[in-house]
Amino acid sequence: MRLSQAWIVASKDFATFTKKKNIIYSTFVLPFVVSIGLPGVIWYAMHKSGGSISPPELTILLPALTFFFMVIAGLIPTTIASYSMVGEKVEKSIEPLLATPTTDGEVLLGKGVAAFLPPMGAILAASGVYMFLMDVFTHGVLGTYYFPNWNDAVLLFLMVPLAVVMSVEWNVFVSSRVSDVRISQQVGMLLVLPLGGTYVAGELGIVPLGDVNTSLYIAGILAVIDLLLLYVVRVTFQRDAILTKWK
Amino acid sequence: MDGVTLNVAEGEVFGFLGPNGAGKTTTVRMLCCLISKTSGEARVGGYEVGNDGDSLKIRQMIGLVPDNVGLYESLSAYRNLDIYGRLYGMTDAARRESIQRTLTMLGLWEKRDVAAGTFSKGMKQKLAIARALIHDPQVLIMDEPTANLDPESAKTVRDFILDLKKEKRTIFLNTHNLDEVTRICDRAAILNTRLMATGTLGELEGLVGGRKVVVVLAREDAAVRSALEKKFGQGVASDGPKLTLAVSDPDGQVPDIVDAVVRAGGRVRYAGVEGSTLEDTYLKLVRRDT
Repeated sequence: MRLSQAWIVASKDFATFTKKKNIIYSTFVLPFVVSIGLPGVIWYAMHKSGGSISPPELTILLPALTFFFMVIAGLIPTTIASYSMVGEKVEKSIEPLLATPTTDGEVLLGKGVAAFLPPMGAILAASGVYMFLMDVFTHGVLGTYYFPNWNDAVLLFLMVPLAVVMSVEWNVFVSSRVSDVRISQQVGMLLVLPLGGTYVAGELGIVPLGDVNTSLYIAGILAVIDLLLLYVVRVTFQRDAILTKWK
Repeated sequence: MDGVTLNVAEGEVFGFLGPNGAGKTTTVRMLCCLISKTSGEARVGGYEVGNDGDSLKIRQMIGLVPDNVGLYESLSAYRNLDIYGRLYGMTDAARRESIQRTLTMLGLWEKRDVAAGTFSKGMKQKLAIARALIHDPQVLIMDEPTANLDPESAKTVRDFILDLKKEKRTIFLNTHNLDEVTRICDRAAILNTRLMATGTLGELEGLVGGRKVVVVLAREDAAVRSALEKKFGQGVASDGPKLTLAVSDPDGQVPDIVDAVVRAGGRVRYAGVEGSTLEDTYLKLVRRDT
């Protein structure tokens, strides 16, 4: 496996993505809307709705809201990964690419990196904005700055990357079965359901999302799923199958 | 595919003829190590197709022009070639030089910063050829390079292939365009899921009926026919003033035949070699097989 070769494939995809407005919007707009919108909701609830939120309520609410970045992690790689694979099929550019002295693994890694880095960058940047605004808005109630903390470090630097990898792998697999970018995206988004369910459970206090051990437990589950999907994708991504069986 | 045994020499332009579904693209994909062969043996430049260790070396020495050009349409012509130059391991300087050379050769240098998606079909095809040539490959494999092109664009591409022929590159031309093969190729093979025939164009043309000398006299003349039979054997057929002679070397014996006609007192209105064409052979072999 030559990382340089994989990086060329990734940089080619980056160059292609920058020309696609829908990819740029779907990757960067949602995280930043969430990063401003969620603190805005908290601020509104605390100051404008006439009510108030107690510190214990905030300590349940904040980690649950932060978990929303996990939902985003499952969601936004869908567009980019779908385009990366199905786009190549639609433009028929996969055959000349595979005819170069590049292995299947290098092409797969390159495409994985190209689909991983933009969502990760967007989520980390947006989470920085989110944590800053949340600290500003909640400091008066909590008497301390809630962010950063260990639980969110685990979420952002362990769980989110694992969720993005899972989404990328899932979408690569889905892309091998369809020949339309939109269908690929729609099926790919099914992955968001369990993450969204966990988010809702956290909001309802059913799953203690503010607990580091819970986060590590979820991260462990994600790691196992990632490995299983990696195996499936590696078996699926064979040049023979890509050129003769992929729709 | 079954029973395909052929050899393409270095520096040769080889035409691979066959109807749709004959297995031409499958053959190309196997030779480029894009799909696996189930049995048999194939070598490109001495490297074994299907051997994992040799696959990258084979792909390094081949330039492929696939039947679908498969360009990155949102990227510029220059960027399209630059990506492939990097994938073939070329240095920055070598890439710049090669991109300028190939785009200039194909008349696309002025359009280098224009998105490939805005190109006409002919320009896209030329860009795909430039992409295949970017790393100066020893072997160029072209799959239907003029299919779907208008006559002018097709001629441009054919002329370019003829220029490449002068550079002594080995070119494997997949096509069902018989005229293209006649104009460009040194040898050809006819495929219809199995190899039907292979050889020089002359050899292929001679496979059905062979070439004959045709002499048209000013008027029907039995004495001339008799004289020709005496000199060239019984392979003389007549149809009024038209005589057809089956001889061993049609092209070489035309002057002798004309001389014999004149000596026998006949007057020649026309003399030449006629016979089966590549098209005759192709159609006969393909129809016989289906």
